Amino acid sequence: MENIIAINYGEVSLKGMNKSIFISQLIKNMKFKIRDFEKAVVSRDQGRIYVEGYSSEEEESIIGLLKEVFGIYSIIPALKFDGGMEEIEDVVLKAARAHVEETPVKSFKVETKRVNKKFPMKSPEVCMSLGGLILENIEGLEVDVHNPDMMVFVEIRSYNLVFTKRIYALGGLPYKTGGRAMLLLSGGIDSPVAGWMTAKRGLEIEAVHFHSYPFTSERAEEKVMDLARHLCRYINSIVVHSVNLLPIQKAINENCKAEEMTILSRRFMMRIAEKIAMERNCQALITGESLGQVASQTVESISVTNQSVELPVIRPLIAADKVDIMDIAQRIGTFETSILPFEDCCTVFLPKKPLTKPKLFRMLESEKHIETEELIENAVSEKTTREITIN
Amino acid sequence: MEIYLDNSATTKPSKSAIEAMNNAMEKIYGNPSSLHRKGMDAEKIVRDARESIAKFINAEPCEIVLTSGGTESNNLGIRGFLERNPRLGSNILTTSIEHPSVMNLFGFLERDYGNMLVPVDSNGFVAIEDVKRNIDSNTALVSVMAVNNEIGSIQPIMEIGKAVKESNPNTAFHVDCVQAFGKMEIDVKKMKIDLLSGSGHKFHGPKGIGFLYKRKGIKISPLFYGGNQESGFRSGTENVPAIAGMGAAVCEMMESKDTNRRKMENYKSRLIEGLKKNMTDCMILSEGAGYSPNIVNVCFKDVRAEVLLHSLENDGIFVSSGSACSSKKKGNSHVLEAIRVPKEYIGGAVRISFTWENNLEEIAFLINSLKKNVEEIRKIIKGKGR
Repeated sequence: MENIIAINYGEVSLKGMNKSIFISQLIKNMKFKIRDFEKAVVSRDQGRIYVEGYSSEEEESIIGLLKEVFGIYSIIPALKFDGGMEEIEDVVLKAARAHVEETPVKSFKVETKRVNKKFPMKSPEVCMSLGGLILENIEGLEVDVHNPDMMVFVEIRSYNLVFTKRIYALGGLPYKTGGRAMLLLSGGIDSPVAGWMTAKRGLEIEAVHFHSYPFTSERAEEKVMDLARHLCRYINSIVVHSVNLLPIQKAINENCKAEEMTILSRRFMMRIAEKIAMERNCQALITGESLGQVASQTVESISVTNQSVELPVIRPLIAADKVDIMDIAQRIGTFETSILPFEDCCTVFLPKKPLTKPKLFRMLESEKHIETEELIENAVSEKTTREITIN
Repeated sequence: MEIYLDNSATTKPSKSAIEAMNNAMEKIYGNPSSLHRKGMDAEKIVRDARESIAKFINAEPCEIVLTSGGTESNNLGIRGFLERNPRLGSNILTTSIEHPSVMNLFGFLERDYGNMLVPVDSNGFVAIEDVKRNIDSNTALVSVMAVNNEIGSIQPIMEIGKAVKESNPNTAFHVDCVQAFGKMEIDVKKMKIDLLSGSGHKFHGPKGIGFLYKRKGIKISPLFYGGNQESGFRSGTENVPAIAGMGAAVCEMMESKDTNRRKMENYKSRLIEGLKKNMTDCMILSEGAGYSPNIVNVCFKDVRAEVLLHSLENDGIFVSSGSACSSKKKGNSHVLEAIRVPKEYIGGAVRISFTWENNLEEIAFLINSLKKNVEEIRKIIKGKGR
């Protein structure tokens, strides 16, 4: 008997002809994630992926890591063994006892899947027999087929599997199976979440970060790199481009109305991000914009910034409430870093009354007073690029 | 190019300090408590350093307790004294511009002590009368910093010492000399100091080492218990390499005290002259004989200190905004608020702090960089349409 982890990949199984592309990428991602466990073997079999060969003390750590892999729907720690009904009875009792010791339960149900049709008993017979066995041997349990506290699963294949637990994981699609997109990453709460959500849909992400050094501190940039590092738990590594927006902010400051600063800066950021995205072979931009959250995220402002680029802009948080975004940030581990005090946009440049309902034609008019193309060109060519990995 | 002008935050360890430390780490690695020769060699390093420090402030070697730095010395001196002398009185006194390691300790002691703050005037000085007026038979301790770390004001320690002892001979007088050590004459006997704190890394020694002077006859409790090193006042194996480094730094200063001082005075007057000649709308807080020669705190109107700091950094110049210890926090410095710096100026306060190792070219470069960057920042902050 040995420990084995069965992985269900949920949504991936709905893919048709392309399914194997998704699954091989998922296996690749899983292998990379648990690469430190040298004995663990990842294999694919009949609608599932299995991890085995590791020692039982390693199981908890491996499951912990797999919980951070996109595309895994659920993780099932199971026992794998050979033999007939006698062996199955032994293992089922052992598994049920272990489960009851860990979490007290009142009711249970046995479910059997008989893949090996040569097995002498039929599934309902196996269930009845094992159910009786559990009732006899473990005190204080009753059978409840509709709403059991504990499910005991038995799978009879060329080998047998027994398990009582199913751990739900992140779901989504395997990372790097859906093209590439450029994330506008700030030091705030929203953009890391937006990046995470997009990556969860299989897109490979890169990030661009804007700062106004020396009007902002280098610590603010380090904070953004820390956030990127947090994301690496899910995506292993990420390329982050840093762009100094100060020359552009200075130009806007000198030539345009104060109230237009925010919206014009946003338009510049989008265009710079798009330019870097094209260079880097990305097919979309990602922002953490959420309707109505701040002046630059009213539907009027978003339409004015949106007009500045041609690439599609993915806005996963567009209709999410702040509290819900904060929940996700907490769950994925970026929240604590996001709320550190270092600002990535200097408050010097925040107008007292930013426009909330900008008009596109006015913004286009304002931009005529600035050397738009040249500023963007310079900002892009002076960017610095780093690859962030978890270590 | 690197022009380091943040010497009140910390200093670069001197060559001789580094050599002494290397030597201690490579060769004299014994534990001073060990009976064998390795231990004795280490003990000798500790003894030599103790002697140099004592000599520097006109004290006896047995009056020096080696600690981990200024914060520990302040805590050991103040808290240790109050714990050991519970019946001396229930009031303690300090100023409104102390370093956080004294200020926050007083805040903690508020549970058990009536804790009084002597205000400072708009130049950053306490008045002797205010100190006198607040001391009575119930005052256990008075703590006053010799040189303020943010604006450099030098308190009249000699007069305060006299006033304390005249008002109540049993009141202990503690002086935080972390910034003052090496920049002004300190004589514990003339100044009637009972307890005095110093820190190695403020005078080209290493970090993590400092000392407390404790006058013979003054009794204190230790902060922690253990192997009774440092006569039982500071248990824990001595940090021999750091002690060696601090000792070397003290010896170096001893030889060149006066030249050092003249050099810094020269830099300071050049800088102030340059500021006055080249800059508009700036307030110099540290000008005059009452201030330490190594600190210039200057506030620029319509400038954000943090932005100026990073702009100077771009030119290779390192300074502080307000005080390094408070610059990571939001809000204004308690010192600048205590001396009532006007609202338009307080956000633009930078502290430039010298060492004798600086030179006049660096000061000239600083003035140019300040002029250029302040103008630039003001242009942006004032901007169009605001």
